[in-house]
Parts: sequence; structure tokens; C-alpha cells
Amino acid sequence: MSQYTAVHGEKVSLLRVLGPGHVWALGVGIVLVGEYMGWNFAVGKGGALAALIACWVAGLLYTCVAMIDSEVTSTVAAAGGQYAQAKHIVGPLMAFNVGLFLVFAYTMLEAANAITLGYLVQTVGTMAGFENVHDKPFIVLTIMFLAWLNYRGVYATLTFNLVLTATAFVAILILFASVQPWTNNVLKLDELLTGLPYGWLGVLAALHFGLWYYLGIEGTCQAAEEVRSPARALPLGTMTGIITLLIAATMTWYVCVGLMPWEYLGQAITPLFDAARLTNSTPLMVLLFVGTCFSTMASANGCINDASRAWFSMGRDRYLPTWFGAVHPKNRTPFRSIVFLVPVAVLFAYFAPLDQVITFSILSGLLGYTYMSFQIVMFRRKWPIGSIRRGYVYPFHPIPAFVLLAICSATYFAVFLGYGTQLIAMMVFYIVASLWFHFHRYKYVRRGDQFTMPWPRPLVY
Amino acid sequence: MNELNLNAFEVLEYVAWGISALLGLWMLFDLLKTNRNYSEEVLTSSKEGEIDDALVIDPPHQGGHQ
Repeated sequence: MSQYTAVHGEKVSLLRVLGPGHVWALGVGIVLVGEYMGWNFAVGKGGALAALIACWVAGLLYTCVAMIDSEVTSTVAAAGGQYAQAKHIVGPLMAFNVGLFLVFAYTMLEAANAITLGYLVQTVGTMAGFENVHDKPFIVLTIMFLAWLNYRGVYATLTFNLVLTATAFVAILILFASVQPWTNNVLKLDELLTGLPYGWLGVLAALHFGLWYYLGIEGTCQAAEEVRSPARALPLGTMTGIITLLIAATMTWYVCVGLMPWEYLGQAITPLFDAARLTNSTPLMVLLFVGTCFSTMASANGCINDASRAWFSMGRDRYLPTWFGAVHPKNRTPFRSIVFLVPVAVLFAYFAPLDQVITFSILSGLLGYTYMSFQIVMFRRKWPIGSIRRGYVYPFHPIPAFVLLAICSATYFAVFLGYGTQLIAMMVFYIVASLWFHFHRYKYVRRGDQFTMPWPRPLVY
Repeated sequence: MNELNLNAFEVLEYVAWGISALLGLWMLFDLLKTNRNYSEEVLTSSKEGEIDDALVIDPPHQGGHQ
């Protein structure tokens, strides 16, 4: 068997085929499942009004994230997203940690989505009258099918996500219109809104699950090396994505708290589907069930895409074994990284409890957002406006960076209230991983090769 | 009838396991085949941030590599 070797500088790279619509589908696709389930645990923490405050405060956090991300990504057009940004702006140790945050946040979220989809199929089976129905075959099938799709090519993967995400978003719009929010015929907000049952501490505690409305929108920049025009498509896709989510989150809250008492809503598993059931409309029930399944699948699909790009980028820079930095010559995907992360996701989905998986994902994301607030200040100091070409410049610097840091700090406290042990355990894990990287792995990194952006020398050096 | 229903869902579960196994094996087979057919130098030749498609093998819309 002859082996193909490179001649005349031939190389393989990721395929530049994506447009702003795919970027939107990647970002919103990962997140929209949070509207279908998960956000409502914020209601359980502090009541319906606390969940609305958490929704908007978390919305402010993510608007800062999206704006900061859009500016930096429009200059760092590289797979790996925030990992590549951290490498250029802060340094290798920060980059290694950010890479791990990304891989764990997305792989855990993928596992959580697979668990949810398995649960939905199991529920349908039980409702249809079957006994002893199992969720495990469908959990594994979800992960394997979406991994296979990602393995085959990015264009089909994200076009598939576009269809799933658009359908799920339209389902929320239709539900909102169907409950006639301009009248009191269906929604009973005057009866069901009962103030703050746990006071302002409940509002703070609700912030933990308030993140669920938007968690993952920053994943758009993982597509940086596969979009046709990074400077245009990434800011456009990301900013339209966060606008979509702000609209969807507010509509979801409005419909659900107008139909269900907060005591029930705070522990419901599928709140939007439950809202549809309360309208007594069979087409709406079917539509919202389809929306729930589609949003879950779109989220898992986007997570595989993003986790594999982050892992691939770290392999390409020798932060991990270079074996992971390979691109499939025909499919033009990071095929080894995709395959490697399959058993990781399956193991977590198979054995770990859902709330632990979700908390691990939220904490990894939160660590990433905290880092962004420092990063943008360093970026503006080292490369001021005008020193390098930016596709987008975010306004009111440095106020969004400080707002982001303040909200992240409040959210750490909120997470500590409910999951203090996990928070500390995760910090210990990242410290141990950092020590491993510093004392063992970094000697394999080719220090000059990892900085690839054609930027001038930073101003502070 | 109830037993038939149970069997029908069990069949669905076995189909899910079967498709999962097939997809997993397909990916593993293709991964091994690709590793064997291309040198490591080619597979890991991607460079961060490069936009020049002129040197990239199998450019878009020109079919697979022979």
C-alpha cells in the first residue's frame, strides 16, 4: 500500500465554506436548549421575578462576552477560538487552561444533551405503554451519529444545525403568539407573579441557572478557520446570535411564568413543552416536543464541533500530542480529535449524574468568561485601536470588561451557595493540570511557532 | 399485545445499539485507513490562520484526492 506524502509544500487545512448563518446556527444551536430546559431551575432558587432578573443580568454578562469575543475573534482568525486568543494575548499557561475550559465545557454539555435526548425517547416509550424502556441506547446513538456527522464535514454539520435551530426558535415564536400575550385570556401573570419568595439572596442564587439561557454563545469563534470571511461573519453571527437569545429567553420566561406557578416551574424538566401542554393544543404540543428534541440535538452537535476544534488546536501547537492536530484530507475535519472525544462524552453521559455534568460545564464556561475580562484589557493595551486591523470594535471600553468581571464574581458566589464542593474540586483539577503543563508538557512546545498572527510587536514590550 | 409492544421497543433499542456500533466502526475504520494512506507530515500540515488555498490539496468543489 503506497502512502501519500506532501510534495511542493502541499498541505491539508480545515475547509473555509461557512457563512454568517452557519455561525449563528453554531452559537444559537448550542444554547437554545437552555430555553427549552434548565433555565427554570433559576425560578426554583428565587421565584419567577428572580429568574427574570437573572435572565437579564446573565444577558448583560453574555452581551459583554459577545462584544469582547467579536472584537478579538475578528482579528484572531484561528480554530480554537478563545484558546488561540489567549495564546497570542496572555501566554501559553493561560491558553492551556482556556483550551481545557473549552473542551470540558462543551464535552460536558454534549453529554448533558445526550442524557436529555435519551430521557425524552424513554418518556415517549413509557407514555406509549411500553415497560422497562431504557435511555442508554439512545444516549449512545445521539453521540455516535453526531460525531459521525462532524467527522464527515463541517458544511453538512452546521447546515443541519441551522435547520434544527431555526425550527426550535420558530417553535418558541409560535408558542408566544399562540398564548396571545396582548390579552389575559391565557396567561395569568397577575395571579402567578408572587414577588421574591427568598428575597435578594434568592436573586443571587438564581444567577447560577440564569447562565443557562445563554451558555455557549461564545462557541461561534471556534469556526474562525472555517468561515469564508472571518472579519465579517464572526461578529455578525455572534451579535445576531445573542440578540436571538435575548428575545427567546424573555419570551420563554413570559410564557412559562404566565402558565405555571413558580413552585412547579422551578423543578419542571421540560418547561416549554409543559407550557404547550397547558394550552390544550395538540399541534402546539407536537411542535414544542419537536423543538425540544431539535434544540437538544443541535446543542450536542455544536458542542462536538467546538470541543474538537479546541482539542485539535492544542494538538497542532504541541500543547497536547501532535497526533491530535491532524486534518482529514478528504473531509477536511479534525478527525482524530472528533473520534478521541467520543468515548469521553459517552463515559460522562453513561455514568455521571445530569446535575453534576451541567455544573461542571457551567463552571468551565464561567472560568472562561472571567479570563475574557482580563484579556480584552490586555489586548487593547498591547495592540491599541489602529495598530492592527479589526473587523469589529466594541464600544464603551473598558466598562463591559468591568461589568463582565463583576457579574462573574457574583455568579461564582451563586454557584458556591449550591455547589461549593464541585467548585473547589474543579479549581484543584485545573491547578493540577496547570502544574503538569508547566513542568512537563511545555518543553515539547515550539515556542516561536505558536504565535501565528501577523501583528506588530506589542506596545508594552 | 402488551408483550408485542415491549418487544417493539426492545427492537428499537437494539437497532439504536446496532447503528451506534456501525457508525463507531465506520469512523474507526476510516481513521485507520487515512492514517495508513497519508503520511503524518501531510495529515498534520495544517497551519493556524493560513488562508492561502492555493497549496491546499483537495480544494473545495474539485473532488476527492486520488
